[in-house]
Amino acid sequence: MPETRDILIKNGRLIDPASLTDKKADVLLSGGKVAKIGSRLPAVHGAEVIDAAGKIVCPGLIDMHVHCRQPGHEEEETIATASAAAVAGGFATIVAMPNTHPVLDNEAAIEYVIRLAKQAGLARVLPAGAITKGREGKELAEMGSMLSAGAVAFTDDGDGVASSSVMQRALQYAGMFKATIMQHCQDPDLGSKGVMNSGAVAVRLGLAGVPAVSEEIMLQRDLSLLAHAGGRYHVQHVSTAGSVRMIRAAKARGLAVTAEATPHHLLLTEAACSSYDPNYKMAPPLRTVEDVQAVREGVADGAIDSVATDHAPHAAEEKELEFALAPNGIIALECALGLYVKALLETGLMNWPALIARMTSGPAAALGKSLGSLAVGATADVTIIDPEMRYTVDIASWRSKSRNCPYNGWPLTAKAVCTIVEGQVKYRATAG
Amino acid sequence: MSTPRASAKNQQRPVNITGTTALEGFVWTRRHLLGLDDLSSQEILAILDTAESFREVSTRSIKKVPALRGKVVANLFFEDSTRTRMSFTLAASRLSADVLEFSAKGSSVAKGETLRDTARNIEAMGVDTMVIRHSQSGAPHLLAQCLKTSVVNAGDGQHEHPTQGLLDIFTIRQRLGSIAGKRVAIVGDIAHSRVARSNIFGLRKLGAEVVCVGPPTLVPGAMRTLGAEICHSLDEVLPHVDVINMLRIQFERIGSNLFPSVREYARLYGLNAERLAKARPDVLVMHPGPINRGLELTSDVADGKNSAILQQVANGLAIRMAVLFLVNQGSQA
Repeated sequence: MPETRDILIKNGRLIDPASLTDKKADVLLSGGKVAKIGSRLPAVHGAEVIDAAGKIVCPGLIDMHVHCRQPGHEEEETIATASAAAVAGGFATIVAMPNTHPVLDNEAAIEYVIRLAKQAGLARVLPAGAITKGREGKELAEMGSMLSAGAVAFTDDGDGVASSSVMQRALQYAGMFKATIMQHCQDPDLGSKGVMNSGAVAVRLGLAGVPAVSEEIMLQRDLSLLAHAGGRYHVQHVSTAGSVRMIRAAKARGLAVTAEATPHHLLLTEAACSSYDPNYKMAPPLRTVEDVQAVREGVADGAIDSVATDHAPHAAEEKELEFALAPNGIIALECALGLYVKALLETGLMNWPALIARMTSGPAAALGKSLGSLAVGATADVTIIDPEMRYTVDIASWRSKSRNCPYNGWPLTAKAVCTIVEGQVKYRATAG
Repeated sequence: MSTPRASAKNQQRPVNITGTTALEGFVWTRRHLLGLDDLSSQEILAILDTAESFREVSTRSIKKVPALRGKVVANLFFEDSTRTRMSFTLAASRLSADVLEFSAKGSSVAKGETLRDTARNIEAMGVDTMVIRHSQSGAPHLLAQCLKTSVVNAGDGQHEHPTQGLLDIFTIRQRLGSIAGKRVAIVGDIAHSRVARSNIFGLRKLGAEVVCVGPPTLVPGAMRTLGAEICHSLDEVLPHVDVINMLRIQFERIGSNLFPSVREYARLYGLNAERLAKARPDVLVMHPGPINRGLELTSDVADGKNSAILQQVANGLAIRMAVLFLVNQGSQA
């Protein structure tokens, strides 16, 4: 371990949802931990002083849904480029999805990702392992071994686990380790040929639809299994109003369910597909205005406890194909914060402490990790945000290897100006 | 109207169509024809009127005008087609354009070259207009964004087949005198039909009523959002319509459980003489072809006095001449 210089962050607005803190305070980071919190902390010899006046100082942001594409598609993204994009977006921690080639379904693959993340030395990368071998939905992968290698949770993301018996066993088995099963809810049979939301726009464009019920039918089944089998269950990229209602009701019944929403499901609707631009092709697809409103309200009232990008890099030539033939997904790590602010703060639905909770304590709890807090003694992951900074999204300047992003040219407000991981500054906005 | 020949002398200027009072002063500006959804009623009427003037060309002993002399039209057909392709080829040659033919079965991806690359390579040969038929909805829109040439949609996936819609509307206007206030039934697999969509968009813009007929698996409720009515019984609809447009049965839909059998489909939605007797005596029977004789249409109906099927084909030529001519005058993206 290199010697870490102490850091004293002065004059910021400290927001730590885990301890219900929102006050003006200084923070001293030492030895990779939060050493002191208080008003007007005295200077420490040798410490770097960061003036955070007018800024928000919060726990390092967590994005629990990122496709790093390594191993297998290094031309689209690598652990190193995803980590660089993450810290530039204010994320100290990202969860790497296992739908790589080969799939992250064994301990060697998990160790490989962790090793590459250490070499990159930027964001903390927590790999998610596959629920089933090869993500085929048939046989459980070695979850215990993957956990001991450093896996954080399990998902067959990209596909939902279609078999009810496999899903039941997965919940029971992962539950033994208190590990979270994260599900991409989409029935593979209903709307299997769909490339966008079913409904008026799909009918107009002559594109096959994925109905909302395709997501809801799998979620409904999983919630029944969860009530029966126990375990911890997380709903990835919630896209429909019906799903939000089901999750809210399940939480009220006391089920161990958590959920996430993506920037695109908080900001974009099916209408965006009208130009046949594959940058609006996602799984689950962009839905209706009513769905967007319901997902926003779900995030605001806590039915959805996390926001996550589903950062999905693709090579330019793939996203230049005919709509139905192009792959799903877009990237957003480097502008996600501004997107959340636009969807949730500028609409008056939430305030800063609540939004930061969805990006820190929310995902930390969903993953069962002791991250996402700024108490004394906690890991020194800190993000400093300029909540007033206005900027225009310029994907040409991004650290990610891919450029599949529909937000280019969007004016946004709020940006991370400094990202600290385990007491080391990993990103600092250039002055200007 | 100014004749196509006269306009062709000065192709820098948009063609000024003054044939009917409704279009007084109207100027065609579009460089592409991607679908009828994008067009105004004025633009649709402009194409119909231009086609009317081109129809006369087919009656001459020398069936050619020099409107597109020196221009190159490329037919890019990524899907099988007989009449649409021949019709476009003939239309281009009647306008004195040079025609390039390109065929590739299956998707461009299966060939190992992307659609964009294929089209840009052909464009590099000096093409002015790209006519494209493709199995993917939106393929012409993709080309319109990356090419400098005009793009004409000759059928894209399940989205639109604008020249078919135009020739259907042209035929209705020819036989019934006008479009506004007419009631048109479209029967069959509306959900997967580009012909149905282009007809619905065009007919609604010109003030016709459209009722889509078929089982709910082929006629989803969301079709209403396009301005069409929905009815699941052909017998209920028949007495009240001016036009019956019968779509071809796609046999591959049986595998996806969209209807149980051809026999049952024909029983519920096939048009035979007995059923036709319930309709108005002057009802117009149309079909985009090719016909499955004995299934959606019996031979006596297909070849009977109400049928406009061959007239549709003849009108297709005039419509495609009009479209190729107009997009070559258009300047706007």
